[in-house]
Amino acid sequence: MAEDRARFEYLLRLGDNSLILGHRLSEMLGNAPALEEEMALVNVALDLIGQARLFLGYAGELEGAGRDEDALAYRRDVLDYRCALIVELPNGDFAHAIGRLFLISAFDFELYGALRESADRRLAAIAEKSLKEVTYHLRHAGEWVIRLGDGTEESHRRMQKALEDLWMYTGELFTPDALDEAMREAGIAPDLARLREGWDRRVDAVLREATLTRPAEGWMQSGGKDGRMHTEHLGYILAEMQFLQRAYPDARAW
Amino acid sequence: MYTQGLDGKIGPVREAETAEEKEREARFQARIDAEERIEPNDWMPEGYRRTLIRQISQHAHSEIVGMLPEGNWVTRAPTLRRKAILLAKIQDEAGHGLYLYSACETLGVERAELVEQLLAGKAKYSSIFNYPTLTWADVGMIGWLVDGAAIMNQVPLQRCSYGPYARAMVRICKEESFHQRQGYEIVMTLAQGTPEQRRMAQESLDRWWWPALMMFGPPDSDSVHTAQSMKWKIKRVTNDELRQKFVDVTVPQAERLGLRIPDPQLRWNPERGHYDFGPVPWDEFWRVIAGEGPCNRERLEQRRRAHEEGRWVREAALAHAEKRRLRDRAA
Amino acid sequence: MADKDWPLYEIFIRPRNGLAHRHVGSLHAPDGEMAIEMARDLYTRRGEGNSIWAVPAVAIAVSSPDDKASLFEPAEDKEYRYPTHYTIPSDVKNM
Repeated sequence: MAEDRARFEYLLRLGDNSLILGHRLSEMLGNAPALEEEMALVNVALDLIGQARLFLGYAGELEGAGRDEDALAYRRDVLDYRCALIVELPNGDFAHAIGRLFLISAFDFELYGALRESADRRLAAIAEKSLKEVTYHLRHAGEWVIRLGDGTEESHRRMQKALEDLWMYTGELFTPDALDEAMREAGIAPDLARLREGWDRRVDAVLREATLTRPAEGWMQSGGKDGRMHTEHLGYILAEMQFLQRAYPDARAW
Repeated sequence: MYTQGLDGKIGPVREAETAEEKEREARFQARIDAEERIEPNDWMPEGYRRTLIRQISQHAHSEIVGMLPEGNWVTRAPTLRRKAILLAKIQDEAGHGLYLYSACETLGVERAELVEQLLAGKAKYSSIFNYPTLTWADVGMIGWLVDGAAIMNQVPLQRCSYGPYARAMVRICKEESFHQRQGYEIVMTLAQGTPEQRRMAQESLDRWWWPALMMFGPPDSDSVHTAQSMKWKIKRVTNDELRQKFVDVTVPQAERLGLRIPDPQLRWNPERGHYDFGPVPWDEFWRVIAGEGPCNRERLEQRRRAHEEGRWVREAALAHAEKRRLRDRAA
Repeated sequence: MADKDWPLYEIFIRPRNGLAHRHVGSLHAPDGEMAIEMARDLYTRRGEGNSIWAVPAVAIAVSSPDDKASLFEPAEDKEYRYPTHYTIPSDVKNM
């Protein structure tokens, strides 16, 4: 039972990351730099919302308290959200939005690849499906990082700045806490430190081609995935996302 | 969607004068009459080409601007399923805009020019998208009524005489078949929900009913180019015929939901075999078309902002492609 | 002044193995690689294909409709290219 509870918490991390990043990408609708790119970003957002539904749906079943994907998405407040801080940040300019997608997709690529071996076969199946989607997200975002980095002077400057701004939010992804360790010991989740190698390799290769400089490692933000201290942005995201469910608590269906 | 035939002006077109020119036009009309499709490089009268450019580009602009009122609710969709459906639907609209710009470009006009006209406020798009989406019920109403009206308009356009437009319409109609159904499902859920949800649905129908009827364009008596467009088979059914058909199919759908259509004069006419309905407030229509709708400014402003803010990105991508070309050549 | 748009690509999609690539439409993209990604998002949202060609529209040579008569009509009167042109007794098998 304690193990189910831990797994529930772990699935919230996966589901909340997809959900909040999907939310941020969906804000790009009507605001993308080209219509063709709008199509691409919405496809990514759709994949992410789909992943969130699978992770949260499964989490709700494990919890066994009758909460489904929507109860978890729409009826939890900031204190109970478990997403990493990086997904909560506002989109910023296109360099920032696509840079974030690139860094997270590179992480998810490693993570889902490893989760395919999870002792939790249902989780492994979701990872298998999500890996295909994330492979494309990584490719698409990476292509953009290359074009912006090695594009014009302005695009290079913006892309470099986006990386500098985002970098301190990447540490949280790889720093294991007690829950990550417990999941690893149970054979459910991989060793986060091991994912780092592949991530470094992939990220460095793209940055090199993009003529961008990898930001210096320094102090890293944390507090999202363990719910200790989210950004101020999350509250606004939830206020918007949960508005209808909160304003009409008697409604049974939408 | 949305070929309201908003603006009859396509600029002065030189009439056929010489016997040779008249003969060529007659041959063209004979091909149309024989239900042949016209393809991009075929000879066509200048008026035909310009009418098509105007109609297809208005149609494309409508898809693109049409993303905005629904986009207004993407981050607030009440369930994850609804959020995914809404995203997919709006994405389809972006795609349909692109198919249509593509079709328009086969007529020898550049997309950049068409977009420029839209952003400069010189091009028209469907009046319906200048209305606000105030409640979640509006998302359902747009699917049910606006997409419903659009489908009615678009189905006959699959047989339009211009090949690329007809082909785009075939693809669009196929993809849009879920749009109306998802909207009706939303409205039905609300209509069967709590009193507050029900109120939301009825209020939304009250606001959207007349603007939806305006989507078919002005009455045939006031529609400047219906006759010529019909002759060229660019348009295959008149505005009034489509409007009547829409009313006839929609009234029973509203009854099934227990919602009231806001038209005291609406009643079945057994002699005609159609519903009679009250006068459409055309003065409102012409005002919205002229720019005095609730959201005209916001809609264009958002498109302009996205275009401006995206400029450095589009330029960077071109600059990168050029660098690559030079590197490849040097290698 | 309108912006310079990305170049136009014509998109061809193969619905599944065993079939030929078919023209589905066009789009604007900064380069070929991006054209393929954008074609994927624009033209295969419902699983319409498993292979994409993106061809710069300027690279396509097009026949002129004015040449239709000289290019294609000469093929119309050569019935002897078709098997139905020949009379073979019905008791001759395997032909």
